[in-house]
Parts: sequence; C-alpha cells; structure tokens
Amino acid sequence: MKNKNLVSITDFTREEYLRILELAAEFEEKPRQDILKGYVISTLFFEPSTRTRLSFETAINGLGGRVIGFSDSGATSASKGETLHDTIKMVSNYADLIVMRHPLEGSARLASEVSSVPIVNAGDGANQHPTQTLLDMYSILKTQGTLENLKIFMVGDLKYGRTVHSLLQAMSLFNPTFYFISPDELKMPPVYKLHLEKMGLDFHEGKDLTEFLPEADIIYMTRVQQERFTDPIEYERVKNAYILKREMLEGCKPSMKVLHPLPRVNEIHTDVDASPHAYYFDQARNGVYVRMAILSSILGIK
Amino acid sequence: MKDKQLSVRAIKEGTVIDHIPAPALFKVVSILKLDTLDTMITIGNSLGSNKLGKKGIIKLSKVFFEDDQINKIALVAPCAKLNIIREYDVVEKRVVEIPDEIIGLVKCVNPKCITNNEKVHTRFDVVSKSEVKLKCHYCEKITDQDNIHIL
Repeated sequence: MKNKNLVSITDFTREEYLRILELAAEFEEKPRQDILKGYVISTLFFEPSTRTRLSFETAINGLGGRVIGFSDSGATSASKGETLHDTIKMVSNYADLIVMRHPLEGSARLASEVSSVPIVNAGDGANQHPTQTLLDMYSILKTQGTLENLKIFMVGDLKYGRTVHSLLQAMSLFNPTFYFISPDELKMPPVYKLHLEKMGLDFHEGKDLTEFLPEADIIYMTRVQQERFTDPIEYERVKNAYILKREMLEGCKPSMKVLHPLPRVNEIHTDVDASPHAYYFDQARNGVYVRMAILSSILGIK
Repeated sequence: MKDKQLSVRAIKEGTVIDHIPAPALFKVVSILKLDTLDTMITIGNSLGSNKLGKKGIIKLSKVFFEDDQINKIALVAPCAKLNIIREYDVVEKRVVEIPDEIIGLVKCVNPKCITNNEKVHTRFDVVSKSEVKLKCHYCEKITDQDNIHIL
C-alpha cells in the first residue's frame, strides 16, 4: 500500500481492508512504537473536527512522528483566497503525508492529483470518510470475531449519512444481511440498494426499530436531524421512534453491539451507556489503532 | 426526403450532422466549437422530421471529425447521424456513441463539488448510457440526463 492515497473507501480492496485491520490489532497490542520517528505528517483541517483530528494526532504522536498543520482554515492563507490546489502543492513540499478534512466534496481527490505525497481523506463534505469506515469495520471484527455473514442494522438518517453509505460499500464484500430502519424521508438511496442487488445480497427495509432487533449482530445508529425535514410536524412525529433505549435491547443476542460514529445527541438514550451492548466509546478508541495502521502502511513502514 | 438529398449534395467534401433534436442544435454548435471555424458551415433548424418532430442539421464543408471529438455530442443528441461526403457522395454513415469518460464538458450537478468551487476540469465516468448517468470523478455524485449542463 506504499504511497497509495486513501480518498474513497472503494480505493482499497478486500485484501487491503483486512491487512489494515490486522495491523490495527498489532498496534492495539503495542500502541507505543517509535516507527514514525523522523517523519512529518501534516493535518490540514479546513473545517473543525474534534474526534478525527485528535485521533489522527494521537496516532502520529504515539508512533513518534511530528505533526504540522492547522485545525481551522480561518488562520491560514485559505482565508486570503489561496486555492486548495496551491495550499496542497505547498504543503506537499514540507510533509511526508497529508491528512485533510475539507467541507467541499471531491476536494481530497483533487488534492491527491496535485500532491507529491500521499493524501489521507479525513472527510470531504458529505462524500467520503474512509478512515471512519475502517474503524467501524475494526470494531465489528473485534466484537464479532469475523466480518462474514453478519446481520447489520442501520438506523436513523440513511439518506444523508455518509458513514452508513461507506460502511455498506465496504461490508458488502463480506456477505452481510442489512436491515435499514428509517423514516420514509430518510430512506437508504436507491443507488446503494441497487449495489446490494447486483452483489446478490439480502436486505430488509422498515420503519419500526424494535421489530427485528433480536436478530441483530450490529446496530449502527445515526442521528435523525431536524434540518433534514421540510415539514417540522413530520419531524416531531417521527423523532422519538429512532431513539434507542435500554429496554429495547432485552432479548438481543449477548454478542450484539451498538455502534455510533459520534457525536451523539439524543438518538441513544444515556441508559444504554452502561449496557454491555454499548460499544460506541470503545469504537472511538479503536480509531487511533486503525489510523496508526493506515499511516504506517501508506508510508511503507509496515 | 427530397430536402435531405439536396442538403447532402450541397457540399463537395465534408461532414453532415443530421437528426439533431431541434432544441439541442446550438448546444452541438457550442460543444464542437463551430463558432471558431472559418470554413463554410450551413445550419438548418426546426426542419420537419418523421422521427424527431423537429430536427436540426449542420453541414460542414471540408471538416472531418475524430470519433472522440464527435462522440461528445451524443450527450445532447444521442441519435445524431453523420454522413461523410467525398465528391458530393455519401461515402460513410456513422452514428454517435457516448464515450466512457467525459472530461471538461459537463458541469457537476452538486453545488458543493470542488469542481464548482475551484478551477478544475470536470471529469465523469459514464455509468449508464441508455438513460445517461454521469458519476463525478471528484464528489462521486450522479449527474443525470435532465441535469446535464454543457460548460
């Protein structure tokens, strides 16, 4: 994977996903190693992010690398009107690898065509966020012992949620059965269902969260946001139907885990936090190991 | 039919682009950048056609197109037909075919796409040809037939 860009989850093959996850497990065993000593990695965050940026920087620091970059484009030449093209050209002279987040979709692909060093996309608008997908996969693998033949529930905003779209694309290589639970306004777009049909995979669609829950291996929660609704009354009507509460988890498989990309607002009731099914905070910690794996394999160290 | 034969015979050497839907005629002119040519060009529009209702036709004297050049017009005129003329005779008939990749011709429908915000050539993979669907190489969103704007 040396010098490969990670812009879109579809840039990597099934074997490459598995290699990253295997390496992540090694880093979880031994999270302090000096293998990035002497390397400079640039983190360019043109829009704010807490978890993703801190997780990348924790990964880089843990491996002994140095970080240069910014966490708000307001303090950079971008605010003077410098183009993304020029910023990337310049930074690729300084760093061995660039991690970037940008509000415009396709910005990371453009950067990868301009840059002389590899680009890792840490989110380009509503388009792709592949390192999140890989950490979701790592969390699934770790809790279920396998990626194959799982029943995966995706709940909430399935129309706009980039995390569910990328996870669907990546997991579709491992023979899953998907259950899509959402209000009518926020259903999984046809293009993704068509993808599953082409792959010969089963999926179910519904509005009732509780109906099939005992079957679930993974429940992947996302937030139903008010601003997605044109009709505020409709939002009021459905908003409580997609809130996961502890009592709903009775009868679920003991191994079932609840995942969430975070930040959570109210879509998982806090009484779930103490349940053995809750995994979303561990999931966030897994992000550090997965990003260690991604950075070291792209730099050709592992 | 008489009219068509007349138009074909009107040039000695060159290309006749026929069966252009009337509303697409000037788009074809702009895609092929015909306004930059200084050879003899005859343009007819809103002519009667059994197939299309109203059609446009373009006759270009001493102009011959490469496939990848002419195939671009398939986006707006998928059933256009080309007659290649030598010595007043039609020596070859060709149809246009939508290419697999389209570069720098169409605007991405997504206002949040980087190509609509920074000076970059647009680039699309053609994911469906029967009902045209273009997938943006950058933002990965689909621009469909109804939303195709030629740059």
